[in-house]
Amino acid sequence: MNSSEVIRIAWGALLKNKVRSLLTMLGIIIGVAAVIIMIAISAGTEATISEQITSLGSNLVFVTSNFSRGGMGGGGGQTGGLVYDDAFAIADEIDGVKGVVVEQSSTQTVKAGNVTLDGVSILGSTPDFPSVRDMELEDGRYFNQSEVDRKQKMVVLGHSLAQELFGDSDPIGQQVTVGTTRFVVIGVMAEKGLVGDVDYDARLYMPITVVLQKFTPTQFAKIVGDRVRMIYVEVDDQDNLEDVIFQIEVLLAKRHDVALDEADFTVTTQQDIIGTQEATTAAFRSLLAWVAGVSLIVGGIGIMNIMLVSVTERTREIGIRQSVGATPNDIRWQFLTEALLLSLVGGLIGTFIGVGGSWLFGTVSDMRTVIVPTSVVVAFGSAAIVGAFFGFYPANKAAELDPIEALRHE
Amino acid sequence: MARRTIIETIDLTKIYGMGDARVAALDGVSIHIETGEFVAIMGPSGSGKSTLMNILGCLSRPTGGRYILDGEDVSDLDKVQLAAIRNRKIGYIFQSYNLLPRTTALQNVMLPLQYDRIKERTAEKRVALAAKMLKKVGLAERIQHQPQELSGGQQQRVAIARALINDPVLIMADEPTGNLDSKSGDEIMNLLHELHQQGATIVMVTHDPEIASYTQRTIHLRDGKIEKIVHNGANEHKRAEKRSEK
Ligand SMILES: Nc1ncnc2c1ncn2[C@@H]1O[C@H](COP(=O)(O)OP(=O)(O)OP(=O)(O)O)[C@@H](O)[C@H]1O
Ligand SMILES: [Mg+2]
Repeated sequence: MNSSEVIRIAWGALLKNKVRSLLTMLGIIIGVAAVIIMIAISAGTEATISEQITSLGSNLVFVTSNFSRGGMGGGGGQTGGLVYDDAFAIADEIDGVKGVVVEQSSTQTVKAGNVTLDGVSILGSTPDFPSVRDMELEDGRYFNQSEVDRKQKMVVLGHSLAQELFGDSDPIGQQVTVGTTRFVVIGVMAEKGLVGDVDYDARLYMPITVVLQKFTPTQFAKIVGDRVRMIYVEVDDQDNLEDVIFQIEVLLAKRHDVALDEADFTVTTQQDIIGTQEATTAAFRSLLAWVAGVSLIVGGIGIMNIMLVSVTERTREIGIRQSVGATPNDIRWQFLTEALLLSLVGGLIGTFIGVGGSWLFGTVSDMRTVIVPTSVVVAFGSAAIVGAFFGFYPANKAAELDPIEALRHE
Repeated sequence: MARRTIIETIDLTKIYGMGDARVAALDGVSIHIETGEFVAIMGPSGSGKSTLMNILGCLSRPTGGRYILDGEDVSDLDKVQLAAIRNRKIGYIFQSYNLLPRTTALQNVMLPLQYDRIKERTAEKRVALAAKMLKKVGLAERIQHQPQELSGGQQQRVAIARALINDPVLIMADEPTGNLDSKSGDEIMNLLHELHQQGATIVMVTHDPEIASYTQRTIHLRDGKIEKIVHNGANEHKRAEKRSEK
């Protein structure tokens, strides 16, 4: 008997019990579809996150304050942590630094003509901000260092904020009122969109010195003084990253007069953040894969169960086949082929549902899905392995039946 | 036609169980059957008829003695070799037909061809051969019927067609009319006699002395031993006459 004949016979046997075959395949179908859909969802999430992190700017180094000593609620000021001048020191003294930005944010009411907007997010920064954070200006310019030093009342508007305040008319040179202070608009940012949950287009940008002077609650300012929470450093070249990080650490440790291993600041890179993020999603992904894998195994046990029932039910048939010359191997292959067909057809249906479902999910919901080809291969391959593995025991049982006993069955 | 020995058994034994549960189902059976013979096996229940049939049909192996089938000693063959012998040399007819349910008569008759390992036999040749066999047993009109759509007698004919398809040297029939009414039973017996007339070698178990008397020889078993062998030469002639009267 050649293999195409074996397959044809096994196929015929499965068709004789259509409903049962379908129910048997259900476990495999769900398992395979689950693997594909879950991996598509986590790959989609991962892609979105790493795109967002990358869009923060390239070759970024984050220097963060550790407010471990003293503490925010201390009232009497604190020791340690980053100060505003640290940023200038980094920019001036370290080679390979392309730009340094310090940020301070606030929320204010903004007025222009007869338009009033409440709760506008204000971002005070230093001149390198557009370069470091990968932002472009659509119109006008960003403020320069001397304007920052002189606490000039100038603002740059986010793309959608400009639209809301001035509609189609040119905002450059116009006046806006932030809180109670009047500012002149010197630039408009190009569209950037959402990064994480921050809408860069709805923000208003001004010199950090102005934010510290005007829009930081006095109580808070008293505590914080000229301390900053984070300094963004843009490095000119990826290859210099390690070197720059080391120099920053040495420089700041010296300025703060602390040992490196008890520094009051932390230096991280964008890669670190992406790496952490990837580790999280990878853990999430492997959890999903395990869950889906378990459902595949459950599906395999379903196949074994039905195949065992099938062997018992068809003991007589096995005896008949043996009596006309079927060898143990013929019988083994017949049942193994049935189990394999069940899992392969189930795997195929599951693949269609998984790919279709992932696509549908990405289309109708706001969740992003990326169909990972290897997940399809792995899911389908595992279905086949599961079929072979769980089909083997029943097939062996069938093959080892004694012809006389099999014929006497029932 | 030159006679040759098909079945030769020497001191065949079959022992089931051990110790107190030990049963000698066959206890030193030596028989000799030649081509073209029609032999009946009779005996009380438990005398070892089915056990003997199973060994002669290569469905099981003796625990002692030799069995030479068609010149080949098959006593010590393994499962795979026995399967090949069953496929090529033996055609079975069972009391309960043993057809595959929900499978057409044609497919049932073709079943032994699935395991014949003859590559030259194409699908068309197999179908043609099976159709020819069904025609031979008078079921040319029923080849697409499934067992549940056929009468008992018709099902037994399908089983006979299946037994014949690989042109066996030996036909084994274990109470072939046991499940049939007397009319269908007669028809099956007529068919077997026809095959015998065409040269087939048949060994048949029966409980019916009349049916046995139409064969050439009856081997009587008791307690796993041959009690006697009766030659029914004249009766076979009588059977032919009886048939022509019908
Ligand atoms: N698988 C077995 N295990 C143990 N003992 C068995 C087995 N098969 C048959 N026997 C015993 O062997 C003896 C012969 O059995 P066998 O089936 O050959 O009798 P039989 O002549 O065919 O009887 P019947 O006319 O009832 O069919 C009996 O005593 C039976 O109990
Ligand atoms: Mg019996």
